[in-house]
Amino acid sequence: MKLESKVPSGPIESKWDKRRNEMRLVNPANKRRYRVIVVGSGLAGGAAAATLGEMGYRVDCFCFQDSPRRAHSIAAQGGINAAKNYQNDGDSVYRLFYDTMKGGDFRSREGNVYRLAQLSAAIIDQCVAMGVPFAREYGGQLANRSFGGAQVSRTFYARGQTGQQLLLGVYAELCRQIAAKTVTMHPRTEMQELVVVDGHAKGIVTRDLVTGAIETFAADAVVLATGGYAPVFYLSTNAMGNNVTAIYRAYRKGALFANPCFTQIHPTCIPVTGEHQSKLTLMSESLRNDGRIWVPKRAGDKRDPRQVPEEDRDYYLERIYPAYGNLAARDVSSRAAKRMCDEGKGVGPGGLGVYLDFSDAIKRLGEGVIRERYGNLFDMYERITGEDAYQVPMRIYPAVHYAMGGLWVDYDLMSNVPGLFVLGEANFSDHGANRLGASALMQGLADGYFVIPYTLSNYLAGQKYGAVAASRPEFRQAGEEAQERIRKLLSVKGKRSVTSFHRELGKVLWEHCGMERSRGGLTKALEIVPAIREEFWENVKVTGGAKELNPELEKAGRVADFLDLAELICHDALAREESCGCHLRAEYQTEEGEAKRNDKDYCFVSAWEHKGPGQKPVLQKEPLEFETVHLAERSYK
Amino acid sequence: MSRFARLCQTSIGAKQVMAVTGLLLFGFVIGHLLGNLLVFAGRDSLNGYAHKLRDLGALLWVVRVVLLVVFLAHVGSALRLWRLNRAARPEPYAVEAHLVTTYAGRTIVMSGLLILAYVVYHLMHFTLGATNPEYLKLMDPKGLPDVYRMMVLGFSNAAVSGVYIVAMILLGFHLSHGLTSFFQTVGLNHPAYNPCFKRVGPVAGVVIAIGYISIPLAVLAGLVK
Amino acid sequence: MNLTLRIWRQRNAQERGSLVSYEAKDISPDMSFLEMLDVVNERLIAKGEEPVAFDHDCREGICGMCSLVINGLAHGGRRATTTCQLHMRHFKDGDVITVEPWRSRAFPVVRDLVVDRTAFDRVIHAGGFVSSNAGGAPDANALPVPRDDAEKAMDAAACIGCGACVASCPNGSAMLFVAAKVSHLAHLPQGHPERAQRVLGMVHQMDLEGFGNCTNHTECEAVCPKEVSISHIAKMNREFIRASVLEA
Ligand SMILES: Cc1cc2nc3c(=O)[nH]c(=O)nc-3n(C[C@H](O)[C@H](O)[C@H](O)COP(=O)(O)OP(=O)(O)OC[C@H]3O[C@@H](n4cnc5c(N)ncnc54)[C@H](O)[C@@H]3O)c2cc1C
Ligand code: HEM
Ligand code: FES
Repeated sequence: MKLESKVPSGPIESKWDKRRNEMRLVNPANKRRYRVIVVGSGLAGGAAAATLGEMGYRVDCFCFQDSPRRAHSIAAQGGINAAKNYQNDGDSVYRLFYDTMKGGDFRSREGNVYRLAQLSAAIIDQCVAMGVPFAREYGGQLANRSFGGAQVSRTFYARGQTGQQLLLGVYAELCRQIAAKTVTMHPRTEMQELVVVDGHAKGIVTRDLVTGAIETFAADAVVLATGGYAPVFYLSTNAMGNNVTAIYRAYRKGALFANPCFTQIHPTCIPVTGEHQSKLTLMSESLRNDGRIWVPKRAGDKRDPRQVPEEDRDYYLERIYPAYGNLAARDVSSRAAKRMCDEGKGVGPGGLGVYLDFSDAIKRLGEGVIRERYGNLFDMYERITGEDAYQVPMRIYPAVHYAMGGLWVDYDLMSNVPGLFVLGEANFSDHGANRLGASALMQGLADGYFVIPYTLSNYLAGQKYGAVAASRPEFRQAGEEAQERIRKLLSVKGKRSVTSFHRELGKVLWEHCGMERSRGGLTKALEIVPAIREEFWENVKVTGGAKELNPELEKAGRVADFLDLAELICHDALAREESCGCHLRAEYQTEEGEAKRNDKDYCFVSAWEHKGPGQKPVLQKEPLEFETVHLAERSYK
Repeated sequence: MSRFARLCQTSIGAKQVMAVTGLLLFGFVIGHLLGNLLVFAGRDSLNGYAHKLRDLGALLWVVRVVLLVVFLAHVGSALRLWRLNRAARPEPYAVEAHLVTTYAGRTIVMSGLLILAYVVYHLMHFTLGATNPEYLKLMDPKGLPDVYRMMVLGFSNAAVSGVYIVAMILLGFHLSHGLTSFFQTVGLNHPAYNPCFKRVGPVAGVVIAIGYISIPLAVLAGLVK
Repeated sequence: MNLTLRIWRQRNAQERGSLVSYEAKDISPDMSFLEMLDVVNERLIAKGEEPVAFDHDCREGICGMCSLVINGLAHGGRRATTTCQLHMRHFKDGDVITVEPWRSRAFPVVRDLVVDRTAFDRVIHAGGFVSSNAGGAPDANALPVPRDDAEKAMDAAACIGCGACVASCPNGSAMLFVAAKVSHLAHLPQGHPERAQRVLGMVHQMDLEGFGNCTNHTECEAVCPKEVSISHIAKMNREFIRASVLEA
């Protein structure tokens, strides 16, 4: 299979213009004859559905929550990047592009990333016009903060709730289209299968989560914007419902899955308190601006942190990375924390935590300043842990946070299955091997507002509207597949709960394919995961029935896909014999534990092709070509 | 008119009706209290004031009709909204708990309905003479209707005074929530003035209740004869 | 610690429900309330019984999916806390905890503790937006917005649409929810062109959905996990009066 990225030729600044100029358009009078399915109502899906509705297409939009307003984009705290250069501090489209490329450790496609940076400014304009209450300066101009180690201030924010405000803006626009009847919203509905007719994506099968009804929807194109799959690790900062189901089932129907092993780990989360833990809460990275990270020098030192004298503390980030100190990149500081805990120096219950200490900052600036900067985060910490971080150092630990991997798409965000478009976190396109802070929101909105309206129209212009009806046998067949799967899950009637399998899977993946991966560990994981899956299908206990609201059944379907995905992730991690971005292979690092990238052999996107159940997936490669940037070593020393 | 009718149909519109009529009633209650307090200035002052009111003739009737309409509008809206509120929660909670709402707030409809009952009684008692027809025949030495005597006679009966006292406590209670609520309903909310708005209701409630109650108490204590 | 739970169980919207008692043993004070329910559910599953259905997603207090009236108080009644952030350390060993769904005519029970809150969506459909098509927006800094206005808009926009205001209001009123959106957009110049239709449309829909009205109990503000203030209700009342009086 030859993977065509379809990035236009020519200078990078004019690639997108060129592509847009070449695109075919759909006659306005015909637009309402085309049906489009959008699965997902987050920033990417919501923006796409609303915009396609505005353009006049007939859109069906799906989400599994009770309202589109609850998609997990809502949880993003920090902010959204845009190359506005409002601060006059030297920012530019090129710089944002370069930072994103470098952040992704040169494993992303130049053309896509440049376009993202180009579109970033228009996103902020659009959001302000929709009524997003971004932070302002006294003069009424928009405020910016610097984020994730960038050297310019280009992050726009709305307190600690940027994702919420952006999503509510998108949701409002979506509501306007729902009221105008261009978009039909289907909440509490889960996509089960993709329907492919004559090689083109032409519909989906869904389950109504309230009644359990299995339904089919036919359309002229299908857009998947179903978010990230970090909960494959069981514990993550993602919502409980985040899943891989939609894209995984599309993968089984022929779409390629790109870079599945690129999963980002966030260094500042609140540590686990016990087996009962169901998810992890992120604490904004901005805390690292004033907090100092340390562990006791002596392993097993169980003293109250306030009793540990200065000489018995190891401020390990400041020690190992003097230039960046506590602000070292996400993956670097995550791994360092893990190493400390592996050496037995971890703190808190279970020894999985390190201190993030504000006492120096409080001494220097006063508690008032710290309260003003981080008050809401300290409150949140207090709510969860019951500890007062003004008095006792916070405890933090890394947690799985974001999936850079996703379905493979070309420059038009279309997968290798024609008519199947993938947006937002669900695709692999822009973040390479690691995502910069505040750039996922940007990507979701760029995809939904400014890319898909063009590229989808271009595809539809070549298609006869309504060409495929839901009466085609492919739909019935896909519906039966979905039914059969549910029947199978309910009929195992084993002894173990779905969650117990999920938790077990998560542990294996975190252990062997988490912050640090090795050939030995991955090989082992590739033995354990199929065994868990086998037991799952023989011994899982799914209570309740198919024709009712049944959260256990929903969970079971998702976990079944995670079990498959986990194996794919391990295959991918094993095949990538280099360290890059968040993917650190123990075999490929410098003496000091720095990642060793291998540009000669691994400068490609790994795109996996499904070969049927029980078969090993086949690796396809899309070589990455760099016309504009110069591949550089990332160094935070 | 249809615009106004449409407005009254909406929940917020109906609330505005409550607020405006409530305020008018409050104004009446204050005016009425000031007039009644003349009882402490002696028979001639009170009777003279009452006479002047009656002399208004047609205007008095206009005021009476307006008051009646205002009162009915207040009660009518109250009952309609109350019905909607009850319908909004068909299934009650097994465990009821509250954080901040006040007793006066939760019982505002009850205090209102009791006031309504009281008002009917009050009108029959003093205005229409339905309970005590002899009151209307009382004349003072100047030949004016003797409102002063009527009050003294009326409140000499401890049971009657009791009814008035309880009713006025209820009115105070009603206003302690109602008046504060008024500001919020008409959109008056500002951090600088909110503490004041919060206090107005309870303070006015207490003042009004004490003001009115002072009359039967004074009669019972023999201070006004 | 050991607790006794009295949980509302109801198979579906049609059947009647009732409170059922469960013993929750060995609960860790570090668990969140939902994690405690997870444990109870795991044990029910082990016994072959059907677990308790409840809504939740982000489990960090922002999506607004979790609900639950706990001992008569929405989200348990702790300041600025959603049920998913409520931790068991606030309960005592031996406590009896009653857990009920949001109760409102506009929020019919779907199953157990899950209710249907689409009424809120329909209120937003009726005008809770700024009509601005993608692509035509002027530069974001073209229209300065006073910082104070932006902050006030943000205070209102912080609403997560959980419905605790409705659940806690003795009148089952949605005024705080509706006001939060009206006030958010009324504070920004971008919201001004449509401010009259917006408030009229949303209030009309609010009434149609069967929510109660406001008699200023202020319970909503007290339980609101985002501490949205009733000052926004006053603002909505002003907007409503203005629109009713001035608009055609
Ligand atoms: C805690 C946290 C903080 C973050 N902070 C930031 C930040 O500060 N800046 C930043 O740029 N990024 C941040 N991110 C990342 C960013 O929020 C996400 O990557 C991004 O919002 C994803 O948007 P999306 O539209 O792709 O997916 P989502 O918002 O996750 O939406 C997915 C949609 O798909 C639907 N769906 C999923 N599966 C199915 C199915 N099978 N059937 C039907 N519907 C389905 C869901 O209902 C939902 O509507 C953060 C992420 C987290 C978890
Ligand atoms: C002299 C008699 C009365 C006076 C002075 C009075 C005054 C007021 C005032 C000032 C308000 C505040 C309006 C608002 O909420 O904005 C009010 C509210 C109210 N009144 Fe009355 N009222 C009287 C009689 C009644 C009666 C007879 C009823 C019968 C049911 C009643 C029921 C109510 C109710 C239900 C409210 C709404 C409370 C709220 O919104 O918080 N009132 N009243
Ligand atoms: S689960 Fe999202 S707010 Fe509680």
